[in-house]
Amino acid sequence: MSLQADPASLPRLLSGMPVDGAMGLEEHWAIHGETPFAKRRERRGTGALIDLVERAGLLGRGGGAFPAATKMHAVAGARGRPIVLANVAEGEPASDKDRVLMEGLPHLVLDGGVLAARALGADELILCIDESGEAALESATRAIYERERAGGDALKVSVQIVPAGYVSGQESALVNLCNGGQALPAFASPMPFECGVRRRPTLINNAETLAHLALIARYGPEWFRALGTQAHPGSTMLTLSGAITHPGVYEIEQGAPLASLIEAAGGMTGQIRAMLLGGYAGTWLEGGSISTLELSNDRLAAHEASLGAGVVVLLSREACPVAETARVASWLAAQSSGQCGPCVHGLQAIAGAIAQLAAGTASAGTGQRIERWTSMVTGRGACAHPDGVLSFLTSAVNVFAEEFADHARHGPCDACSRAKELPLPALAEMATAA
Amino acid sequence: MSVRLKVNPIACEAHGMCAEVLPEMITLDDWGYPLIDERPLPSELTAMAKRAAEACPTFALLLVRDREKS
Amino acid sequence: MTVSLASVGPSTYWYLTRSTGAVSLLLLTLSVALGVAGVRRWSSPRWPRFVLDSLHRNVSLLAVAFLLAHILTAVLDSFAPISLTDAIIPFGGSYRPFWLGLGAIAFDLLLAVTITSMVRRWLGYESWRAVHWLAYACWPVALLHGLGTGSDVKSTWLLALNIVCLGVVALAVGVRAVAGWPDRARIRSAALGATAVFVLFLVLWLPGGPLGAGWAHRSGTPTPLLVGSAKK
Repeated sequence: MSLQADPASLPRLLSGMPVDGAMGLEEHWAIHGETPFAKRRERRGTGALIDLVERAGLLGRGGGAFPAATKMHAVAGARGRPIVLANVAEGEPASDKDRVLMEGLPHLVLDGGVLAARALGADELILCIDESGEAALESATRAIYERERAGGDALKVSVQIVPAGYVSGQESALVNLCNGGQALPAFASPMPFECGVRRRPTLINNAETLAHLALIARYGPEWFRALGTQAHPGSTMLTLSGAITHPGVYEIEQGAPLASLIEAAGGMTGQIRAMLLGGYAGTWLEGGSISTLELSNDRLAAHEASLGAGVVVLLSREACPVAETARVASWLAAQSSGQCGPCVHGLQAIAGAIAQLAAGTASAGTGQRIERWTSMVTGRGACAHPDGVLSFLTSAVNVFAEEFADHARHGPCDACSRAKELPLPALAEMATAA
Repeated sequence: MSVRLKVNPIACEAHGMCAEVLPEMITLDDWGYPLIDERPLPSELTAMAKRAAEACPTFALLLVRDREKS
Repeated sequence: MTVSLASVGPSTYWYLTRSTGAVSLLLLTLSVALGVAGVRRWSSPRWPRFVLDSLHRNVSLLAVAFLLAHILTAVLDSFAPISLTDAIIPFGGSYRPFWLGLGAIAFDLLLAVTITSMVRRWLGYESWRAVHWLAYACWPVALLHGLGTGSDVKSTWLLALNIVCLGVVALAVGVRAVAGWPDRARIRSAALGATAVFVLFLVLWLPGGPLGAGWAHRSGTPTPLLVGSAKK
């Protein structure tokens, strides 16, 4: 296996990534070998896989960066036969990695899900895929069929279509959906790891996390740790977009400098005003820090930022950060599941105030009102949506303080109406254009 | 072992009765939703807190006991 | 069962039945008004929401208490052949079966609303709310029962009471319908329409019905009770 020959090399997940279409089962096995822990004897030391994951220090790649082994232990310790959900319902508009993995390397994700299921004694794996990901749905279905033809995984594997929505991929929302309800987040108890789908202990892992798990099971924790930092080992996938020559999904070593990623992606297309890290629940950083930034959560913590679901957006100097922020703010407010008053009213009020600042129609004290509403709403939703949005907006208002002040005084600038750089789902674009 | 107030934000419909019964621990935000003081409930307010939870038409107000960490 | 107090004639029970019935209607009317005030989130400094809510619950329980007295006295009264089962199972009695049956229906509905309210914590909010809607069905049925069975509907005070109660409930339903369901104009118009139709029906029916001649006979009073007694 070439991956093992040079542990500290890239790509790992993206090895053999087809230019077009999905990697078939035969090719997958040729590159990575057959799925381990298939024999009962191997599985019986079920501690074995969880132990490997723990030693590898694998953290979730869905944005929470929660230790994967801890989650698995929690599910293993709960009562009832577990069930595994692979979360491919990427709600973050600026993130593409899960869709790309599912489309091109479905067997990597499926392997991970199957291995996790075996380690926990689960009898079912459900792939939760966004409804707009037609290619991903097709690839998943085909891959499942391929595996069945090859003998199957001794597991019931199915696909659950997830309706589009920023919060639809939230863990409790997925559980609700798989239970026959709507993809809406629920209030805390009970926790999915204890009582989730059909009241069974449920393991929910991001698709990329499972892909890493599939390789850790084959090559071991030392191999995994040959890349990355102590606290954030291994490689990670991220979506680079904005003012870059070759936007797209990349696999990097945790802690790699942003500068080298930009170089690998063909370089910036112009001067950068600021970078958005972590997506629309993330943080803005000044363009000046491009040369010093290192891409892992521990290195970014000093800047009070994180990678989130692996998102880096470069905002050019030509774009209007105020108009961009206002546009995304109003979309985010509309993405509230509408279940909690503070989120619905608060985000709407704040998005409205930001729109007023962008248009130059804001009354005096709007800034203070935004601050007051922000502290009023934080922590008062059933899920993390309002908190993420508020953190994103606060960071925008701070980093772009000058531009906001300028707009508040003089109204819209020339760049306000130009093509929008921050990505939003296509339908949202049609709505705002109307 | 202490008792704290907690609100289920999904069940809450901003009736505001909790803030009327227990203004010492609950005030209302700009939209009528409760702002809960999350510190441990003083023992003299326990009875009123129970009445506040009783008064909530949607059972959104909860009294939670802190679990002792072993 | 016939328990007749030798010193007090059956007419005492009869008076008690009629008066507790009237009071029940009054309390139910008040309950509906308070319920609507709650849903509409009405309050004032002297009448905070939790007080009105508490009042709504207590007035309703009081209504149930008076209703139980109303039923008991009707059963105990030996003048009219009303049994205990007639209070719960409609249309089986021999005294004005239809109009008495309406009372049983209203009582059944009120029992459902009351019992679910008492166990609402275990029932859950959605189920409780669904059953609570029956209150809007209970009230008009109770009113019709009173108009149909009441032997002194024609008396001014009782007529005035009925009209006032009707007015209050019609107003409450109007307020509720006008402000509720902002997205569903059809439900709102249906509710307002139904109320208007009900009021219209009463206006057209009462003069020729309970307020008209020979109602006691037409409503199904057993013949032996009609003979000899003047209109009560």
